[in-house]
Amino acid sequence: MLKRQLPMLIVSIVGLIMTIQYFIPHPFSETIYNYALDWLIIIGIFAMPLGIYSMVHIHVQKVARKQTGWGYSVVALLGLFVMLALGWTPDCLKDGTFFMRLFEFVYIPIQATMFSLLAFYITSAAYRAFRARNILATIVLVSAIIVMLGRIPIGEAISPHIPEVADWIMNVPNMAAQRSIMIGLGLGAAAIAMKIVLGIERSYMGMD
Amino acid sequence: MSGHSHVRNGLPVILIAGWVCLACAIRAQEPSPGALPPAIQTMIDTTAPIAEPVVLRIAPPALLAAVDAPNDAGKAIDLSWTVSPDDRVDGGVTAYRVYRSKEEGNGFVRIAELAAGTVAYSDRVQQEDSAEEEAPPPDAAAPAVPTADESHPFEIGVPYYYRVAAVDTTGYEAFSATAGPVRSIPQWYHSGKTPVLVLVLVFFVLVVVLIQMAKIRGADMYIRPIAGISEIDNAIGRATEMGRPILYVMGLGAPEEIATIASYTILARVARKTAEYRTNLLVPCNEPIVMTIAQETVKNAYMEAGHPDLYSDNMVFFVTSMQFAYVAAVNGLMLRERTATNCYFGKFYAESLLLSEAGNIAGSIQVAGTDEVAQLPFFVTTCDYTLIGEELYAASAYLGRDPLLLGALKAQDYIKAIVMLVIFLGVILISFGNEIILNLVTVNL
Repeated sequence: MLKRQLPMLIVSIVGLIMTIQYFIPHPFSETIYNYALDWLIIIGIFAMPLGIYSMVHIHVQKVARKQTGWGYSVVALLGLFVMLALGWTPDCLKDGTFFMRLFEFVYIPIQATMFSLLAFYITSAAYRAFRARNILATIVLVSAIIVMLGRIPIGEAISPHIPEVADWIMNVPNMAAQRSIMIGLGLGAAAIAMKIVLGIERSYMGMD
Repeated sequence: MSGHSHVRNGLPVILIAGWVCLACAIRAQEPSPGALPPAIQTMIDTTAPIAEPVVLRIAPPALLAAVDAPNDAGKAIDLSWTVSPDDRVDGGVTAYRVYRSKEEGNGFVRIAELAAGTVAYSDRVQQEDSAEEEAPPPDAAAPAVPTADESHPFEIGVPYYYRVAAVDTTGYEAFSATAGPVRSIPQWYHSGKTPVLVLVLVFFVLVVVLIQMAKIRGADMYIRPIAGISEIDNAIGRATEMGRPILYVMGLGAPEEIATIASYTILARVARKTAEYRTNLLVPCNEPIVMTIAQETVKNAYMEAGHPDLYSDNMVFFVTSMQFAYVAAVNGLMLRERTATNCYFGKFYAESLLLSEAGNIAGSIQVAGTDEVAQLPFFVTTCDYTLIGEELYAASAYLGRDPLLLGALKAQDYIKAIVMLVIFLGVILISFGNEIILNLVTVNL
C-alpha cells in the first residue's frame, strides 16, 4: 500500500501544485518553484554515490572475472580513482597542476576525438540517406543538393535563384514539418504530465 | 563736454557688462539635476555682439504615465511617455533620463539613461544575473541600455514618484510632470496565460471523458498502428534467436524529462519480453537517478514476467555523466558484446549519430525514438525504425493497451484536431485582416 500509493499521492499533489504555480506570478509561487528546483539538485547529488558504486561494482567484477575487455575496466577504474585523488589536492584547479594537465591534455583531446568522428559519420549517413531508391528518397536527394548548393558560393555562381530556393525549402516545407512535430510534442508532453498527475502513468516508478 | 564724452566712451563698457550679466543670469537659471526647470526655454539671440555660446533649450517629454507592471511578482513599474517635440533626427534631444523618488517634490535620483526616441522604461528589481540577461543586442540601431542606479534599488510595494527628463547636447534637462505615486503589487493570476489555462482545462475534461469512454469500450478503441513500436517485439525475438544481448540506451535526458519518462515505459515492455525469452539485457545509464529508476523498472518487469531470479543489478548500470565518454563506453559495449538489437529511446543530442552509426556498422537491428527534432534525421537515416516526436510519448498506450492510457491518447488526438482547426481558421482570418483568433491564442508571458 505505502510503496505504491504514497509515492503516487506525493507525485499527484506536487504535480498539481506545480501546474497551479505556473499561472501565479506571486513571489510565493516563485519560492515554491525554486524550492522544487533545489530539491531536484539535492536528490541528484545524493544519487551520485549510487552511480559511482554501480560503475565501480561493474568494473571490479569484470576485472575479477577476467571478462572480455577487462583491461578497459582497469583503465576506467584508474581514471576514476586517480582523478578523484588529485581532485582532493589543494589548488588542483589552478593552471599547471597535474590534475589540470590530465584534464587539458588527456581528457579534452579524447573528447574532441570522439566529437570529430561525427563529421565522418554524417558523411556516411548522408550517403545512405541520399540514395534515390524511391520517389520520396529522390525528393530528399534533390532538396539536399539544392540546400547544399544554396549554402556555398558556387550555388549562387550557377544561378542566383539557388540560394533563394534553398532558403524557401528551409523556411517553408522544412519549418512546417518541424512545427507540426513540435505541436505534437507539446501536446504529448502535456498528456504525459496529466497522466502522471492523475496517477494513470506509473512507469517512472518502475510500475506498469 | 568732457562729461558727455565720458558717457559716450563708457557706453561699450556698459553694453559689454550688460551682456556678461545677462549671460551669467541665463547660466544661473539652468536647473541642477532633480530641480524643476522652466517648461520650454528656447533662447536664440542673433544680435549678440560677443561670441557667446548659443544656448538651445528643449521641450520636455509629455504624458508620463507610471503603472504597476501587470502579471508579475510585483517587481516592476512600467513607465511610458511621449517624446519631446525636439526629439528629432537632426539634433535636439540626445537622451532621456528617468528619475525616481519616494516623495513627490524632492529626493529624485536618476535610475536610468535611455537613448533618444525611447518612449518606455520598466523600473524593476535588479536580478543577480540581470547584467547577463539584459545585455544589449549587438545592434547599433538599438536604444541604449538602461543604467539603473544600484545604490537606489527598486523596492516592492513602496510608493514611487517618477519624472523623465529630455537631455540636450549641453546636458540641459527638460523635465516632464511628475507621475505617481504608484507602487508595485504582486499578482495572484497571470492573465496573459489564460489561453494556456483554457487549453489545459479543455484537455483535462477531454482526458477524463475519453478515459470513461475507454473504460466502457475496453481496449477496442482504435489507434493507428506505429511500425516502430510493433517492431520492438520482433527485434527482441531476433536477438533471442541469435543468442546475443539487447542494448537499451535511455539517452542523456534528466530523470524528470518527458522523453526519459516515456523511455521507462518502453524499457518495462522490453524488459518483460527479455525476461520471457531469457535474453540478456544491457542498460548503460548516463544519470544516476535514471539508473536507479531504470533498475526498479527492469526488476519489476522481471518479477511480473515470473523470472525475478534472472534479474541482476548489473543489467542496468551507470557509465558516466560525460557525453562523449558515454558514447565511447556504449560504442565499445556494442562492438564487444555484439548486441543484436539496439534500442534508443529518450533525449539525445550530438551522440545520436555516433551511437546509431556505430550500431549500424555493427549490423544490429536498431529502433529509436526521441523528441529532439534536430536528431530525428540521424535516427531516420541509421535506424531500422524511428518513433518521431510524440510517437515516443504514445508508446506506453500502444504497448500497455490499458484503457486509461488509450483514453488519454485519444484526448491528445482530439486536442490536436482542435489545434489544427484553430490554426486553419487563424490563417484564413488573418489573411483577410481579422486578428480575432490571433488575439485569442496569444500568450503574453
